[in-house]
Amino acid sequence: MSHKEKVTEVKSSSAGRSQKKVEELDQIVIRFAGDSGDGMQLTGDQFTTASAMMGDDVATLPDYPSEIRAPAGTIFGVSGFQLRFGGSEVFTPGDTIDVLVAMNPAALKTNLPSLKDQGIIILNEDAFTPRNLEKAGYTSNPLEGNELQKFKVFRANISKLTQNALTGSTLSPKQVDLCKNFWALGLTYWLFNRSMEPTSRWLKKRFQSKPEILDANLKVLQSGFDFGETAEMFTTTYAIRKHEAKKAGTYRYVTGNTAAALGLIAASKRAGLKLFVGSYPITPATDILHELAKHKQFATIYQAEDEIAAVGSAIGASFGGALAATTTSGPGLSLKSEFLGLACMVELPLVIIDVQRGGPSTGLPTKTEQSDLFQALWGRHGECPLVVLAASSPRDCFDITVEASRIALKYMTPVIVLSDGYLGNGAEVWRIPGLKDLPEFKTMLHTNVEGFKPYLRDETTLARPWAVPGTPGLEHRIGGLEKEDVSGNVSHHPGNHQKMVELRAEKVVRVAQEIPSMVSYGDPKAEVLVLGWGSTAGVIKEAVHALCEKGLPVACAHLRHLNPLPKDLKSFLKKYPKILIPENNMGQLWYRLRAEYLMDFEKLNKVQGQPFRADEIEAKIMSMLGGRR
Amino acid sequence: MNTTGTPTSAGTKLTRKDFLSSIDPRWCAGCGCYGVFKAITSVFPTMNIPREKFAIISGIGCSSRFPYYSNTYGFHTIHGRAPTVAMGLKLARPDLSVWVITGDGDGLSIGGNHFIHLMRRNPDIKVILFNNQIYGLTKGQASPTTAVGTKTKTTPYGSNDIPMQPLAMAIASGATFAARAHDSDNELLTEVMTAAARHKGVAFVEVMMNCVIFNDGAIESITNKATRAENTIRLRQGEPLMFGTDANKGIRMGRDHRPEIVPVGQMAGGASKSDLMVHDITASDSSAAYMLSLLSSPTAFGVFRQVNVPSYEQHYEVSVDPDVDKLLRSGTTWTTGEDGQSRPVEGSKQS
Repeated sequence: MSHKEKVTEVKSSSAGRSQKKVEELDQIVIRFAGDSGDGMQLTGDQFTTASAMMGDDVATLPDYPSEIRAPAGTIFGVSGFQLRFGGSEVFTPGDTIDVLVAMNPAALKTNLPSLKDQGIIILNEDAFTPRNLEKAGYTSNPLEGNELQKFKVFRANISKLTQNALTGSTLSPKQVDLCKNFWALGLTYWLFNRSMEPTSRWLKKRFQSKPEILDANLKVLQSGFDFGETAEMFTTTYAIRKHEAKKAGTYRYVTGNTAAALGLIAASKRAGLKLFVGSYPITPATDILHELAKHKQFATIYQAEDEIAAVGSAIGASFGGALAATTTSGPGLSLKSEFLGLACMVELPLVIIDVQRGGPSTGLPTKTEQSDLFQALWGRHGECPLVVLAASSPRDCFDITVEASRIALKYMTPVIVLSDGYLGNGAEVWRIPGLKDLPEFKTMLHTNVEGFKPYLRDETTLARPWAVPGTPGLEHRIGGLEKEDVSGNVSHHPGNHQKMVELRAEKVVRVAQEIPSMVSYGDPKAEVLVLGWGSTAGVIKEAVHALCEKGLPVACAHLRHLNPLPKDLKSFLKKYPKILIPENNMGQLWYRLRAEYLMDFEKLNKVQGQPFRADEIEAKIMSMLGGRR
Repeated sequence: MNTTGTPTSAGTKLTRKDFLSSIDPRWCAGCGCYGVFKAITSVFPTMNIPREKFAIISGIGCSSRFPYYSNTYGFHTIHGRAPTVAMGLKLARPDLSVWVITGDGDGLSIGGNHFIHLMRRNPDIKVILFNNQIYGLTKGQASPTTAVGTKTKTTPYGSNDIPMQPLAMAIASGATFAARAHDSDNELLTEVMTAAARHKGVAFVEVMMNCVIFNDGAIESITNKATRAENTIRLRQGEPLMFGTDANKGIRMGRDHRPEIVPVGQMAGGASKSDLMVHDITASDSSAAYMLSLLSSPTAFGVFRQVNVPSYEQHYEVSVDPDVDKLLRSGTTWTTGEDGQSRPVEGSKQS
């Protein structure tokens, strides 16, 4: 392999670097921002892997425009990737940023408001041309005014330095320019004492068959790294103070969407069933389908002609005895709702994953929101209760999907899993479970001919038998018309309909028998309890943690089960004088709990396509505490 | 009719009776559905497939009551969506014989999109479209196949909509098997259903039928003994296209690339048989089948097209039993030991 000899070897990260001061920090928030074609997502991804592999805890938040390639240099073409890394548990990707890597003026302009005072800006000075400044809407060059005075600004000619590093390369000027994100990555690796090894390994794998590109990226990465060491403007590097060692185990970092895909695969294996997923592309849920599509030996993955066909195919597969799922986002869930009524009526197991986005209608496709709770609970005609669960973090998307599958199969019911854009695209470090660590599945394809009735129910779960085509002697018909109790024959009898409506509701209620009791985090004698569901878990915990550190009587609790609710939820809530429910909607859980318990709660609602910041929740809690300190 | 037959999983011979459920069919007296039901349930026992391997999936409408009357696995789903459920079932369970029962409203109007995609994907699913050119279950509204000018409850001044051509749509969408029959010719129905059942791939059958209540007489011209010889043509593989009383007419390709009806025989201006188009259901090019599907006078019956290509579900066949634990640990992974130190997993691939 002759090309191997040409490959640049990157130097070990920490060797021979003692000249500059090292400052230790608990946590750092960094955001890479540039044009949507600048490779910012990849850069952030690499930095995350490198940090996670050093044992840091990590949470990430990609933020990219809904246009695939918005015009270069413009404000709406800016793509960002934010991550927070720390030596102890990281709850969220962070509210405000410590370090901004800005590849052009538009990236600087859009992200500057999030940067902390005295924060670090690393910018590509070459991109600050009159043309780019104009496209970003600057009337004067911010590098020449005092707009950036309150920050530590490091200006580097990243484009030029990238070119210099690749003098004599056979790559085209355009290809050379595409390497500049790795120059920035190399510099940040130096600045934060990261090892370049994981990225170097990744590059070698990725560009195995393209030695020129591999060599160029390695050179540029090293060049950025060396620049930090030699340039006089840098006097300090930063390292993460280690608080707690992670539990022994095998780790990876995982997005919520990948975790959900893996959860479905793991659940089907645990249940001993074929996995069928019928889906239709929709942002921000499509990555689940992408991940699943890679693993055709683990599952039958079907890209249907529309959202309705997607859920229909899943119901057909469930009728046939597969663990069946469909993945979607709000508009897709609307389209599927008639079929969910059928699934409720025929009582077949089904998992529906809704990665919520801003609505109504097309709304904010790439932005996060929690506004499909009402739809999940009640968005169907007729009395049509379904089980509704919500993931609380990217890695919880795995556990909640396994849990949804288990409930669906055990109770013969559709289960809706609510995730959202923030969880689906966000990533965190995940301690990989073994299959044997997952909860047990009782799977129950019915084969006994004796006494078989399609709607004869299990006494504990009220599940009906799952007798699938191909089973001799159990031929029967199901459908959307009301069923006679036990026999499953079509019935229009008035009393029977009432009974069946009640039985379907009771079956869902019985799922509560296995929901764990409520637990709180924070001050056991809290005056204010913050109750959340879904993706607000991390930010609520961060806010409560901060206030508890100050000695304030605050606690939080989180719901993963939204229908049915935990049995002890009401008595749990009664213990607290004041309760706050923050949601990325206009108060949907708040409404449900008031209706269910006749209790009052404070609410905090943010519908801006962005998750809460911890300070927003802290401020609300403080006002509930009467503003005391 | 051959209703005797084939071994089941239990080793007994199945007859048509084995395929009748305890519920007697309840369509209107004189409804064409009866004849189609009879033909299909007569073909089932001849297929050499155990009864429990049949699954009949329907949507909503008069014809969609079919599954309740057949003692097989059945699923009466929602309006227009039977093809979607059938597709998922077939992909999850390629071992089953899956039949979709639909109508002109169910299959072509609310379910039109699914119909197209089912045809183009070519799963081994049989689709029987009961076409009575009217909405029956909702009591008489114009359907996508209702003839222009027909007065219905929603078109009291006559329908203005150009009717859809189900067979043409199926063929244009890529159906590998397409056929047409009508409710009053049992022999034709049985022949066509048998051919559909044997086809490995999507099989589409349009059954033209009469609705005695809401659209009586709509297909009178093709079923009436006095007129049907002149108004219909029976397609037979490898034979020239001939029809009419005494088979005295034929179809040849005209100079303008349109089918041309010509007298056949010794009379003045008559064409010879060798001038006529010869029916070829196996032609990979579907244009002749498409053209014949649009003929209205005469209307063609029989099998239009039957070509063999791998059916959709075969693309999903997997033989290995994969290791999920290994999958969860794929990509970039690292281990943290009891000492709290992280190190990359040997050989862990970078994703």
